[in-house]
Amino acid sequence: MLDIVREYWLLLLVGSYPNGPLGGVAATLLLSVIGIGCAFPLSVLLALAQLSPIAAFRYPAIGIRYLVRSVPLVMLIFGAYFMIPALIGRSVTGFTTMAVTLVVFQAVYLAEIVRAGIESVPKGQTQAAAALGMGYGLRMRKIVLPQALHNMLPSMVGQFVTTIKDTSLGYVIGVQELTYSANQVNNALLTQPFQVFFVLSLVYFIVCFSLTQAARHLEARIEKKRARPLRLQVIP
Amino acid sequence: MMLIHDYGALFLRGLAVTIALSVVSWILAFVVGIVLTVVRMTRVKLLEWTVTAFIEYERNVPPLVHIFLWYFGVSGLLPQGLQDWANANHGEYCFAAIAIALYYGAYIAEDIRSGLRSIPQGQHAAARAVGLSYMASMRWIILPQALRTAIPPLVSGSVLLVKTTSLAMVVGALELTYVTKDIASKTFKTFEAYGISTALYVLLAFTLLMLGAWLARRVRIPGR
Repeated sequence: MLDIVREYWLLLLVGSYPNGPLGGVAATLLLSVIGIGCAFPLSVLLALAQLSPIAAFRYPAIGIRYLVRSVPLVMLIFGAYFMIPALIGRSVTGFTTMAVTLVVFQAVYLAEIVRAGIESVPKGQTQAAAALGMGYGLRMRKIVLPQALHNMLPSMVGQFVTTIKDTSLGYVIGVQELTYSANQVNNALLTQPFQVFFVLSLVYFIVCFSLTQAARHLEARIEKKRARPLRLQVIP
Repeated sequence: MMLIHDYGALFLRGLAVTIALSVVSWILAFVVGIVLTVVRMTRVKLLEWTVTAFIEYERNVPPLVHIFLWYFGVSGLLPQGLQDWANANHGEYCFAAIAIALYYGAYIAEDIRSGLRSIPQGQHAAARAVGLSYMASMRWIILPQALRTAIPPLVSGSVLLVKTTSLAMVVGALELTYVTKDIASKTFKTFEAYGISTALYVLLAFTLLMLGAWLARRVRIPGR
């Protein structure tokens, strides 16, 4: 197994870059960062819409949530793969298709986390802000969201891990990421599929497990912080 | 909607395979989850550590990679007789089911564990104090409460499992996603084909969520 790593580590790390498109772990991480990064602002909007008192915002947002959450990601990827070129009238790369699909998919799942985060902020906070004369936008921006975001950091790291795992599905439309690279290695060797895919799973494990541990660490720290008694500052 | 007329039967066959694969993987996953939970409760350090390592490994590797590892990797390590049998008898379904079952088995074990953790220690102590044995206290006091708390995560895990069976298509299992892709590329009616199978998946997920809600209501402890 070690000789596979020794021979092909560069391919697993960056794919055929710089002679070809970026691949391997680098592409997997890039896709995940794009996926979560672009999904985040969307997810805040979705969560706010789901919690909105205005039915015209709330019902479509809840509809999207049920729709996207009950369809497998592979189907969305295939759908996007055929639909995006038809919609915009020119072909796009697999990487772009994958990135767009991931953003939509993760936005819906992240919205669940954001919603839970917003709901975890005590009602009194909103009421106190309203009593001070803050409008909806100001209240959300300055009072509710900062607290909510802090509380949901660990879950967001968890979602990032899920996203990394989801990028492996890019393989089905030929996106050059880690799983794709491993298949290239497997096709080159032909005789050691178990070793190749076990190495592949270990690479995923190392990346994802360290992030999972970081999330647990973060959670423990936030938990400890919350358990600390509130210190009131007396302003002279 | 000529598509339903021409390919309706094919869609339904795909749906049937998806359901069959889900049911088999679900049952296997539950067995795996229960075995992992029981082994972890033996309080033998080495066993506990092995189970934890296994669960972390399963949970931190994408299900697609598990499927590849089983279908291409483990299948090659089996004795020749078993390999021939698998090749002749649609091994892709078996290996996909095993990979999915192990993946979700790890999740189920975690769900059951957090259910068990949510029961205060005093419950167990009280059960022992009134003379119940360890097993009896588990059977009558702890598990009935722990499993109830575990229902919501188990239900959402089951929905995820059904969606994950779609990955079996990459090794050639003819389930709903595979069939949809096939029909779409045959007829060029991409939008309709994906629309139909989206509706079918939504229907499946909804049925499961309803079943879960019904189960939770059914076993609810009155007054809680």
